Amino acid sequence: MSGARESGYNFAYLDEQTKRMIRRTLLKALAAPGYQAPFGGREMPLAYGWGTGGIQVTASVIGPEDVLKVIDQGADDTTNAVSIRRFFQLVADVETTEATEKATVIQTRHRIPEAPLEEGQIIVYQVPQPEPLRHLEPREVETRKMHAYAEYGLMQVRLYEDIARYGHIATTYDYPVMVNGRYLMAPSPIPKFDNPKMQDNPAIQLFGAGREKRIYAIPPYTSVRSLDFEDHPFRTQSWDQRCALCDADDSYLDEVITDDRGGRMFVCSDTDYCARRRANGHVGAQGAIDPVGEKTDALSGDAQ
Amino acid sequence: MTLAIDARDLAPGFADPVFDSQSAFRAIMNAIAYPGRIERFRRPVAAPAGLSPAAATIALTLCDFETPLWLDESAATEAAVAYLRFHSGAPIVDHAGRARFCIIGGAASALPLHAFHAGEDKYPDRSATLIIEAQSLTSGAPRRWRGPGIKGERVVGVGGMKDSFWDEWTLNQTLYPLGVDVFFACGEEIVGLPRGVATEA
Repeated sequence: MSGARESGYNFAYLDEQTKRMIRRTLLKALAAPGYQAPFGGREMPLAYGWGTGGIQVTASVIGPEDVLKVIDQGADDTTNAVSIRRFFQLVADVETTEATEKATVIQTRHRIPEAPLEEGQIIVYQVPQPEPLRHLEPREVETRKMHAYAEYGLMQVRLYEDIARYGHIATTYDYPVMVNGRYLMAPSPIPKFDNPKMQDNPAIQLFGAGREKRIYAIPPYTSVRSLDFEDHPFRTQSWDQRCALCDADDSYLDEVITDDRGGRMFVCSDTDYCARRRANGHVGAQGAIDPVGEKTDALSGDAQ
Repeated sequence: MTLAIDARDLAPGFADPVFDSQSAFRAIMNAIAYPGRIERFRRPVAAPAGLSPAAATIALTLCDFETPLWLDESAATEAAVAYLRFHSGAPIVDHAGRARFCIIGGAASALPLHAFHAGEDKYPDRSATLIIEAQSLTSGAPRRWRGPGIKGERVVGVGGMKDSFWDEWTLNQTLYPLGVDVFFACGEEIVGLPRGVATEA
């Protein structure tokens, strides 16, 4: 505990009354899956949009025995992930990891790890806009009524208009889901590729929106259905390419521009998954030359 | 109920409030996330007369000045009331329907579930959380639980409930997403029963 105590902050930064308030909200959110419970979001020492909601949720659940992983768009080594991991090392002195299966608490921005989650793990999503209906109905009093009476026709219309205009549902991230057959929920801006992972997941899924001051949750083994139509069933993205580094054909790929002559490559967005595959001997088309200077020792190391 | 708290015989609260309550909360959250699974408090408080360590630990982990608390006759011993007021600061209310947390010591003669706040259409999170002292978490008549948090179904035998409780629970469950949430407490262990779980004999 020495790090936390020397820092002059309470363990995990938040005061105990705030943690109690957030903990009560989390329990009610788990009892009504997908429902957006208001909470007294606090000012955090970083700007809205950088994961203040997720940080408050993580701070309220994390303990000294936890192992924390933080990812941003799947990567453990990007700015947002590094700074949040450092924050909790400073104020909570917890062990951190990049390995998905070692983590007990995973805070994420915009991805669900490729490795399946297990019972005993908690995944905390950072949510910019918790209200899936906000772009259709700007008034909170109205959207709250729509949730209360399960009036979700408007969202089906939006998806239908996509089909009428483009021939398919064009929403590719933050793709709306029905949770436990009752609440329409924004899964945060994860790619729709990750939507099926939320369904019947053994882990506890918690969502925190700091600016909008909302918490919601999906308990383990809960139905999470992506909205669709009988004749236009929900489909995830797929790629013609494989990961250029680890040759994976089952993971979410990012397109990376490698030079100014049109050179590009597709690589796993989940850096832990990719590094693990390469450590196990999988080599992609460009895996041997390490063109983006990516860390090859991701497995050995912890946070920087 | 007197206003002054007699602190002379007060049982102690958490030895280390920050870490004990964090550890307790994880057990509570697991109980509500995995309904029917028995969770044991590793660092429970020493409970006053009238409360089990598990019920007292839940109250001290979750209650404070923002959460009106109601106790039934068998839980509302002088020691328990003084203990909860001193350690949690929660206002003790006389009307069950106004409380956010309710501790029920006499499960066999408890008020019907509709006596407690079920939440509001637009704010189902405002419903009451009941902490019910159960005789046992394993030796009661087995019931099959189904719902969010349960893979398939789970057989749970909460002991000492009155006959009508499970009928009332079925009614509570039909209010979903409204409805009360329950923790059964026994010794240092709890079992969670959130509103979304249906049970049958």
